Amino acid sequence: MNIVSFLGKFFGRDSEADASKSVAKQRLRLVLVHDRLDVSETIMNSLREDLISTIGKYMEIDKDALEVSLSREDEGVALVANIPVINVKRQPDSVKPVIQAKGVGSAK
Amino acid sequence: MGRVIVITSGKGGVGKTTTTANVGTALAMLGKKVVLVDTDIGLRNLDVVLGLENRIVYDIVDAVRGNCRLKQALIKDKRLENLYLLPAAQTKDKTAVTTEQMVELCEKLKEEFDYVVIDCPAGIEHGFKNAIAGAEQAIVVTTPEVSAVRDADRIIGLLEAAGITEPKLIINRIRTNMVRTGDMMGVDDILDILAIGLLGIVPDDDAIVISTNRGEPTVFDDNSRPGRAFRNIARRIEGEDVPLMNLEEKQGFFGRLKHMLKAD
Repeated sequence: MNIVSFLGKFFGRDSEADASKSVAKQRLRLVLVHDRLDVSETIMNSLREDLISTIGKYMEIDKDALEVSLSREDEGVALVANIPVINVKRQPDSVKPVIQAKGVGSAK
Repeated sequence: MGRVIVITSGKGGVGKTTTTANVGTALAMLGKKVVLVDTDIGLRNLDVVLGLENRIVYDIVDAVRGNCRLKQALIKDKRLENLYLLPAAQTKDKTAVTTEQMVELCEKLKEEFDYVVIDCPAGIEHGFKNAIAGAEQAIVVTTPEVSAVRDADRIIGLLEAAGITEPKLIINRIRTNMVRTGDMMGVDDILDILAIGLLGIVPDDDAIVISTNRGEPTVFDDNSRPGRAFRNIARRIEGEDVPLMNLEEKQGFFGRLKHMLKAD
């Protein structure tokens, strides 16, 4: 360790965010979002199906032109969906509250 | 019937072979009958790590093709009489063993041994598929680096897809002083990302280089820190509840002073 970084640590300038470990963790998280989705096409397909069925209750959409993808931003990963709307329904198909399925949202 | 455990990592050079040699030897030290299987055909190395390179007559390819009896290909360890090695072939093609042959081999070995520990080659190709084919359990080895953790994640996905659920993680080559200063991912950081069970942590230590030079697994050395880490791992595999070792090195006065000044 050189004297500058030693003094930096001494005076508490070495914040958690500056440490290279945090950079490593952040980069890993981003790269793994992509890796895991690349590995599992089924996750994307099933998300697509769910989107179609949910949105379909409220509006008529062009299922064939629907695009769902992940885009890498500076600070994270965004889910981008391009969904052409053909028609909007006056009332949703189902007025009953939808019961939330258990166990969704696992990162893996 | 014994257990078949594959030791894998995806990325090369993270310590699979060292881990196989030491965990296998430590299991044998606990009195278990153990066979170590090197499946890295063309890049044989487990024999030199164990110091058994001069005793090889037949190899895994000879054994599965029937050029010799399986027993003839098994090399008995110099130090422990319940530890054996089935060496990889060095000159043959890496596709010389089929997946079916590998499954059959594991079935035969686990009738004889308490533990069949398989050293998997790097990569996710034929060699990897063969190595995991006959295994019921997997140990994933990684180091605290972005590339190694990324590959470990990929391997965990492939293992689960192949029906080997709940692989366990060994984090190798941890450098405590770098973790302390925030320049290396720590155990919690890696577990947070990979979300699998931890089997053990192994400090980065010169003892590994020295033991590999000599062909003597570091678990034989009572003073070796990685040796102790690997012995702990073997006991955990045996079902014992062993706390994680404290990786903090013993520090002198100046070390402690430096540590105090650095503390955040």
